[in-house]
Amino acid sequence: MLNYEIVVIGGGPAGLAAAIEAKKNGAKDILVLERDMELGGILQQCIHNGFGLHVFKEELTGPEYAERFIQELKDMGIEYKLDTMVLEVSRDKKIRAMNREEGILNIHAKAVVLAMGCRERTRGAIRIPGTRPAGVMTAGTAQRFVNMEGYMTGKRVLILGSGDIGLIMARRLTLEGAEVLGVAELMPFSGGLNRNIVQCLEDYDIPLYLQHTVVDIEGKDRVEAVTIAQVDDRYKPIKGTEKRFDCDTLLLSVGLIPENELSKSAGITLDRITAGPNVNEAMETSVEGIFACGNVVHVHDLVDWVTEESRKAGRNAARYVSGALKNTGNKISVQGIKGVRYVVPQEIRPENLTGKTEFMMRVDGVYQNVKLVAKIGEEVIRSVKRRHVAPGEMENLMLDLGNIDPKNLNNLTIELVQEEGA
Amino acid sequence: MEKKEMICIVCPVGCHMEVVRDGKSKDGYEVSGNQCLRGKVYGVKEMSNPTRVLTTTVKIREGKLPRLPVTTKGAIPKGMMMEAMKTINQVEVKAPVKVGRVIIKNLLNTGVDVVATRSMEEEARSQSQKVS
Repeated sequence: MLNYEIVVIGGGPAGLAAAIEAKKNGAKDILVLERDMELGGILQQCIHNGFGLHVFKEELTGPEYAERFIQELKDMGIEYKLDTMVLEVSRDKKIRAMNREEGILNIHAKAVVLAMGCRERTRGAIRIPGTRPAGVMTAGTAQRFVNMEGYMTGKRVLILGSGDIGLIMARRLTLEGAEVLGVAELMPFSGGLNRNIVQCLEDYDIPLYLQHTVVDIEGKDRVEAVTIAQVDDRYKPIKGTEKRFDCDTLLLSVGLIPENELSKSAGITLDRITAGPNVNEAMETSVEGIFACGNVVHVHDLVDWVTEESRKAGRNAARYVSGALKNTGNKISVQGIKGVRYVVPQEIRPENLTGKTEFMMRVDGVYQNVKLVAKIGEEVIRSVKRRHVAPGEMENLMLDLGNIDPKNLNNLTIELVQEEGA
Repeated sequence: MEKKEMICIVCPVGCHMEVVRDGKSKDGYEVSGNQCLRGKVYGVKEMSNPTRVLTTTVKIREGKLPRLPVTTKGAIPKGMMMEAMKTINQVEVKAPVKVGRVIIKNLLNTGVDVVATRSMEEEARSQSQKVS
């Protein structure tokens, strides 16, 4: 049995930031476990720019952003194992992992940080009809093939879903010589950032078909054609609106799901909406001493926010190991209501608060001129105006909860209120 | 008359703007639909000289991966993207490479260099992938 103070599961942006911050806050033995052949996670295939504007105040590509953290981790002498798959995490913080060199590893940790990230929804998750030929893959798979492995994924491509990875891949495949015929999006608005709609689709005259979905895939060995159709308000395809595209590839960019098989094996409570662990102000899950951060908790828009959240998890894991994290007082539950789909963290222990607390949330639709209103019981503690909110863009709210009466038993709620006269 | 509809990408509001060439205006263009001054500046730039940063890959030999990611060190004219891709795709480098290394100097006389966006050690790929 190997013993460490802190074991971090996942060596992507979340795991790297958590491990570095834990070390800076006094933790001594830290081990990062990564299943891929190198550190950096999905950033290594995101070769486009736009990363780091908040953390580094400059615009970096994904690999550049990753390399800064990897270098820092190595300079600090933090231990890591590559090509290592974690099989199980238990409530008492025993970890079973395996790799080619060492076989099965049994590791005991005083604290664990879960940083496994998320994975893409696949064809099976959205039940697309038609035959099952080669050439149907997720946008992220195509991104890895093209940007890291050097394989072109097709010549004539249709994309379902207008999430950011789909938009980025529309541009990327066009630049490498493919013809991207269009992007179909089920919703009446794109799930991607505006800048990606403009720079990835409009720049290359790629049409975006809103309120459309795939109704048929043809082809025996390889995709030969894909048919899309317009949908009604209940997302049902409308007869007579079909468009058939001759193509050899269908990319799917239809959402991301936090990867929580290990969290479930540890008996951690998951949030129904985020599909990630419920966490408290310290990014600690429902199991004491097991922390979580990044896309395994909830899917973020920007890696910069993943880094910030993960630093918080790493700092608190170090505090937990040293006994500085308190867990004796009252707990306040946090809930998103009326237009706010979810809020992270889901629970607050006032005894651990220093300064302001940051809450991250997503709304359930596109709204103009609204207020985000935070209340404790019936008392409004903060109200902030927003000119524009959308499900594709995460909102954050800083709240000063330092003055809460420790005996207060009311819950904290955050809701959306339409502004008067708007 | 030269005119274009566009979505402003300066901030998340995403104003739908119309930019029309107008000799009488001091910028040469009239912008409407924008809710702030930054939108106007963006609209004029998009009409007069739109530029973009280009990120792509080059072939790399003897690295642990067969592709090395690269970027233009600044924005280049939007109309040059395909020509730039042709030039960049002819390049092949050899590992090891350090992040920031200049891969192409002064790409197509734009005055902008193409640089590596990651380091890559010299390494054969793992055994399972070597078999074939």
